[in-house]
Amino acid sequence: MYKIVEKEILAPKIGKFVIEAPEIAKSRKPGNFIILRVEQKGERIPLTIVDSDVSKGTITLIVQEIGVTTGKLMDKEPGDYLLDVVGPLGKPTEIHKVGTVLAVGGGVGVAPLYPIAKGFKEAGNKVVSVIAAKTKELLILEDDMRQVSDEVIVYTDDGSYGKKGLITVGMEEVLERENVDESIIIGPAIMMKFAALLTKKYNVKTMASLNSLMVDGTGMCGACRVTVGGRTVFTCVDGPEFDAHQVDFDELLTRLTHYKDQEVKAYEEFMRTRKSHAVS
Amino acid sequence: MKDLEYYKKERSAPWRAELRKQIKAKERTLKPRTEMIEQEPLERIKNFAEVNQGLTPEMAIAEAQRCLDCPDPTCVDGCPVNINIPKFVKKIESNDFEGAIQVIKESNTLPAVCGRVCPQEQQCEANCFYNVKLQKPPIAIGYLERFAADYERNNGLGSTPEIEKRNGIKVASVGSGPSALAWSADMARKGYDVTVFEALHEIGGVLKYGIPEFRLPNDIIDYEIETLRKMGVKFVTNFVVGRTATFDDLRAQGFKAFFIGSGAGLPRFMGLPGENSINILSANEFLTRVNLMKGFRDDYDTPIPHGKNVVVVGGGNTAMDSVRTAKRLGAEHAYIVYRRSKEEMPARVEEVKHAEQEGIEFIFLANPREYIADEKGHVKKVVLDKMELGEPDESGRRRPIPTGETFELEADVVIVAIGLSPNPLVPHVVPGLKTSKWGTIIVDDDMHTSVEDMFAGGDIIRGGATVILAMGDGRRAAAGMHKYLKAKYPEKFEA
Repeated sequence: MYKIVEKEILAPKIGKFVIEAPEIAKSRKPGNFIILRVEQKGERIPLTIVDSDVSKGTITLIVQEIGVTTGKLMDKEPGDYLLDVVGPLGKPTEIHKVGTVLAVGGGVGVAPLYPIAKGFKEAGNKVVSVIAAKTKELLILEDDMRQVSDEVIVYTDDGSYGKKGLITVGMEEVLERENVDESIIIGPAIMMKFAALLTKKYNVKTMASLNSLMVDGTGMCGACRVTVGGRTVFTCVDGPEFDAHQVDFDELLTRLTHYKDQEVKAYEEFMRTRKSHAVS
Repeated sequence: MKDLEYYKKERSAPWRAELRKQIKAKERTLKPRTEMIEQEPLERIKNFAEVNQGLTPEMAIAEAQRCLDCPDPTCVDGCPVNINIPKFVKKIESNDFEGAIQVIKESNTLPAVCGRVCPQEQQCEANCFYNVKLQKPPIAIGYLERFAADYERNNGLGSTPEIEKRNGIKVASVGSGPSALAWSADMARKGYDVTVFEALHEIGGVLKYGIPEFRLPNDIIDYEIETLRKMGVKFVTNFVVGRTATFDDLRAQGFKAFFIGSGAGLPRFMGLPGENSINILSANEFLTRVNLMKGFRDDYDTPIPHGKNVVVVGGGNTAMDSVRTAKRLGAEHAYIVYRRSKEEMPARVEEVKHAEQEGIEFIFLANPREYIADEKGHVKKVVLDKMELGEPDESGRRRPIPTGETFELEADVVIVAIGLSPNPLVPHVVPGLKTSKWGTIIVDDDMHTSVEDMFAGGDIIRGGATVILAMGDGRRAAAGMHKYLKAKYPEKFEA
């Protein structure tokens, strides 16, 4: 059992959880994820480790409610327990001093981006971050990103905060004005697809962190398989980060819809019987 | 090889000599083999309850009476853990069911599991005198083993084996499947401080996530695990050795030796066009969603693919488990597509028979070459090569060759059950650990790896075998590890 020690609502349907998991806190590196199970009858879902505190023995997770499992997680409060947390899983991000790094995060993708941007910053790189959300209230971790970036450029789709436009406009702004040595892009698959096309045009090495469906997270099931450079690889053990220019994003987008119908139905049922509406 | 003198001595015990006299050998051989009580096929395809219902005490005794109590019990040679088979069978014949299970437990930690999933027809029963010399169906050793184990469990007779003097030496396994469980039992018995680390949230490895309820109910595994717990074995779930903590971290915590039983984790795919379409899954994913994550139950959140036309590619036990599971989930047509013919199928005879009874459709000499998806990316058709058998390959089976002819099969779910590769995690994080070109860990006769404090067994050294072979490895590794630790820390073993 893994105790929730803190919970903070960052935005509508986006929550930050600090969880007691001392061994994971100690061994995790930027880019690693965990798999959790909220309760006995629940699914296993992967979440990136956003931060950790070795002295307190905690890890930080950020979750967006998109279905039953994330909904059940959002209903948990400090003092409650998660049944299972396993990790750290996946390969850590390859962090070196490369010069200038363009860190790009869309929506809740800013959460997994943060530890990576932090890692690059600590390795002595110049970090320029472009973060974006649909609208102002959905933008998360702006202050945290400012602390680990030399510059943060904010975009919203509706212009309610920062500049108005898609994230790729913000990226292009940076790519046009200065030399970028490496880029990391994290967000919805469709965003990553277009962000990758853009950095390819500028010939900038780009990594994307994929959000494939998973069951075990240790290479056993193959649910997370994805085509990279024409080869089938597993996101959980070969990734989660891959050369964005080699990823078949269209296939990833299709595979993410695998259980969509069942998930939508289950979520409707969950909402009908949901006791707590802690988050609106 | 077994020690024949030991078996001869055991056989000469007065109670056995007496028992042999009670029924004439000729009379014994005329008795028919007992048929297992099974759920009716049309009934069982609507549920996940166990197909085999077990034997009644009368049936078990009648079957045990068939056994001739041979002077050289060749059946034992077929058993990877050398159970004293005639002794436990004769205990059953003499109505001492508790005595029977105690005999089995001297050599086998998981009798309720092995009685259900061992390929007895290739092991003990294949070597039975009835089979070899009389051309009659062999003694149903597997049924009897299961009977004895079930009798003990159902009557609350489970006893905790005696533990030798505790030596306080900490040892750990990586994984909690059959090899690790067998290893842990032997090590606990020898007085070690045993910890079993498991990456998943439940103990049991492939017994839990792989083998379906209708063949091996999870309750039975949990019962056997409970016995190990009573023996002092500690189980740690959600722990990936090499990730959650490194081997060096564990060494610093005082662990003196490790058993690597991390299994054949990685599912193989064929690399065909369209293979990553929606609803094409590995058998591991499909079975894990159903067995471990209970996707077949409405009160669990796990989504599973339901298909009208489910095609399972492969001819092993995992393929049979997958196709029979799909049928139970409501498939109208559940197909096995296998590239060779029925004779070459590696699945157990009983599984194939059960599958046939349940209306599974077998397509032999066919091999997928391409998958066709609809506009949403869901698989809708499999294009198959018609195959023929050529010369035998290195496995001794005739090699399947495409004839050039193809045909198509409608499919809305495809399950790929063509085998697994060894889990690469441990070899990746342990420098100096020697592996073969297939990625399996190399061990010597004591199951010792190239790393001083590491032993290994099960699918991580075999690449994909059976529960009982894994258990045999676990037991041998325990013996090897004990030898190693006794030599290294003699002071811990002084009386």
